[in-house]
Amino acid sequence: MKNNQYVEFYTQVRDTIRQRSCPVMNAHRDEAFSTFSAIGFPTQKVERYKYTDVAQDFAPDYGIQLSSTTGDRTEFCCSLKDAPIDVAPYYNSIANKQDAVVALNTMLAVDALLVYVPKGIKAKHPIQINNTLKGKQDTMINRRILIMMEEGAEADIIITDHAADHQQFLTNQVVEVFCQDNSHLNLYEIEETNLMCTRYSNVFIHEGRDCSVRHTSLTIFNGHTRNTCHVQMVGEHSEVTLHGCVIADKMQRVDNNTCIEHMVPNCQSRELYKYILDDSAIGAFAGMIHVHKDAQKTSSSMTNANLCATRQSRMYTQPMLEIYADDVKCSHGSTVGQLNDQALLYMRQRGISLSEAQLLLKSAFITEVIDNIPLEALRDRLHIIVDKRMRGELSKCEGCKLC
Amino acid sequence: MEDITREFVNKDYEYGFHTDVHTEIIEKGLNEDIVRLISKKKGEPEWLLEFRLKAFRYWQTQEQPTWAHLDMPEIDYQDISYYADPTASAKKDGPKEIDPELMKTFDKLGIPLEERMALAGVAVDAVMDSVSVKTTFQEKLKEKGIIFCSISEAVQNHPDLVREYLGSVVPYRDNYFAALNSAVFSDGSFVYIPKGVRCPMELSTYFRINASGTGQFERTLIVCDDDAYVSYLEGCTAPMRDENQLHAAIVEIVVKDRAEVKYSTVQNWYPGDKDGKGGVLNLVTKRGHLRGVDSRLSWTQVETGSAITWKYPSCILSGDGSQAEFYSVAVTNNYQQADTGTKMIHIGKNTKSTIISKGISAGKSQNSYRGLVKVSANADGARNYSCCDSLLLGSTCGAHTFPYMDIHNDTAIIEHEATTSKISEEQLFYCQQRGISSEDAVSLIVNGYAKDVINKLPMEFAVEAQKLLGVSLEGSVG
Repeated sequence: MKNNQYVEFYTQVRDTIRQRSCPVMNAHRDEAFSTFSAIGFPTQKVERYKYTDVAQDFAPDYGIQLSSTTGDRTEFCCSLKDAPIDVAPYYNSIANKQDAVVALNTMLAVDALLVYVPKGIKAKHPIQINNTLKGKQDTMINRRILIMMEEGAEADIIITDHAADHQQFLTNQVVEVFCQDNSHLNLYEIEETNLMCTRYSNVFIHEGRDCSVRHTSLTIFNGHTRNTCHVQMVGEHSEVTLHGCVIADKMQRVDNNTCIEHMVPNCQSRELYKYILDDSAIGAFAGMIHVHKDAQKTSSSMTNANLCATRQSRMYTQPMLEIYADDVKCSHGSTVGQLNDQALLYMRQRGISLSEAQLLLKSAFITEVIDNIPLEALRDRLHIIVDKRMRGELSKCEGCKLC
Repeated sequence: MEDITREFVNKDYEYGFHTDVHTEIIEKGLNEDIVRLISKKKGEPEWLLEFRLKAFRYWQTQEQPTWAHLDMPEIDYQDISYYADPTASAKKDGPKEIDPELMKTFDKLGIPLEERMALAGVAVDAVMDSVSVKTTFQEKLKEKGIIFCSISEAVQNHPDLVREYLGSVVPYRDNYFAALNSAVFSDGSFVYIPKGVRCPMELSTYFRINASGTGQFERTLIVCDDDAYVSYLEGCTAPMRDENQLHAAIVEIVVKDRAEVKYSTVQNWYPGDKDGKGGVLNLVTKRGHLRGVDSRLSWTQVETGSAITWKYPSCILSGDGSQAEFYSVAVTNNYQQADTGTKMIHIGKNTKSTIISKGISAGKSQNSYRGLVKVSANADGARNYSCCDSLLLGSTCGAHTFPYMDIHNDTAIIEHEATTSKISEEQLFYCQQRGISSEDAVSLIVNGYAKDVINKLPMEFAVEAQKLLGVSLEGSVG
């Protein structure tokens, strides 16, 4: 088991972390530690981690950041230490405590970011959480975010990941989202790092009654990425949309693992993930729709479409349904294929070069995800980024003042 | 079709009787001595005993897998007798005589063992417990060079063929139950179709578990040489018993250049009673290896019986241009559980596979489809289409889909789609308006839903399968 270095590390720095952190977070630390040391990192024999070698990703000797983030307090965001509400009942309550990667985060995260949108408030502007990885040595970052949407709240939240330096960075992120009745959330995650970055993201969403949540995950440039999104629908008449797109080439790996739990009747879920894999990239998608026994009148659909552009690229896909109620409409579809020869020929006949024609078709393929983004400014910007990315012109994130 | 469903809709499991015939059963338990005893009773050559012992030693090092979506009762492998021979007394009197009780059993099951049934035009190998009772039409098939006999006979008469192919598709290390079967397998069928021969009749094996406290571990080996064709049917039943009976079989199929094999199963083992007591545990490894260019293999299965069904009839498409098909209807009612599907492993170039799976769950049953489509790096131009639909009858059952796709090639085109739904009120209302009772209407709709698969069965089997759909769903509506 390769988790020893983290067990040792925690034993050494436990007191330092506790001092710098706050009681709400410290309350869960030791329990997470005992879970982590008992189960260790999951092997590839564990079904949910079949396509990702966790131990290997966590094996390098990273420096671990333990400083407390004291960013400026803005209208909706603050450190968990300065929380205007009691967050104890929420923190670490929906995260999967039996997952070693989540436990590692709970055990090592010093501070957490709270995004709090109070009752009935509609955030006028999108809230952007910008993460830039900078440093002179290999670093592991344990990032924790808690999003609280009170009744009737509305917000757009954009979480971006950038890397400014060419070091090995490992981000281990846990996001917990609570949507109380009648709230509406658009959550975007955009990853634009480099080949040396590894990212583990665990997003847990808890949805009340009459809510709508849209989660869009865009992996535009990365090294190794493993995203988990777990949605629990506990209130009726809610809906959730999970969209994702992946553009990967070289030796990149992207593993998306989603689970939507329909626990009550009359809810709706839509899921669409698209992958473009070039060079030796490896993509994996495992989606689960779990309809509980009493969740009648559920309507759910899941689509995963993939383009393998080279012989070396690989795609693993697993669209799963687990259904215990009879009055439901559930469907899933999955395809793996290439660009349409006829369409390519049509364009070449009209004087468009092969590479340009391929590019056009790839852009069109991924557009389905991007065009569904309601934020116009973001949509336009993503079109430009994706176009550049596919032309190979995107070596690092552009237009960002920090990098 | 309506008549058929109506006629049978109120029937219980009708093959649940027990034949009172003197059966020689060896003592319960599993150890090397038992493996040697089975081999000795069958008068097997040394190499086969070695094969069994290797498998047994491997089995001892393994643990029963638990990953399936099944709630399995614990199996006590030491509490099963691994060999039961209902023909033992007949053997003493004379080899040609068959106990009249046995004949009656197969008559009752509608299996044509007598020449008077020759009009049916099906050659049958009847296997009861661990022994093949009779194989019909052997002489007629021999004229064409076709070998159709029990595997024990084949070991005696065609040892080279058996030795060449046994374990070549499903090695004993394949999985836990394959290792168990390789150690203790008793009887089963052996089919060899020589080059260029088109088998003139359907070949069929009928399996029946009769004795109590035993399991059935049959082994079937089908070899179809270049340009040959065969259609093979398999049927099975068992008496009603309170205990779970274990059925762990292996079916291996080798398909050579331009040859074609059709394998159809109508599985109707005893499913247990309405409270989920008893029933057969059907844990089978079935696999076909399409070795030749342009070879074809199709699996068609209608799974209505068994308390637990856990099997994935698979195809390895290693010949260029080979084609494989999988058609399945799996029905679960009461407390039945099924975790079934297929594996299509594309290795050769321009290979094609089709998967059509229809799951129907009723009562308190759980029905899962689990399938793998794998395209290796060299399988240029591979094509797969999968469609798995689930139909839910009742709010206490479950239907699940776990498809896996591993694609390592850029020229592959893979499509998968699945839907889950229940019978719509409109359809039922439409039928009821026309004077069709609700149970009949459900049978009608279910049969229509399963039609894609049932159409692929040979005619006699299609009729039986339709009847079974009606029987299995009895009492599940309302």
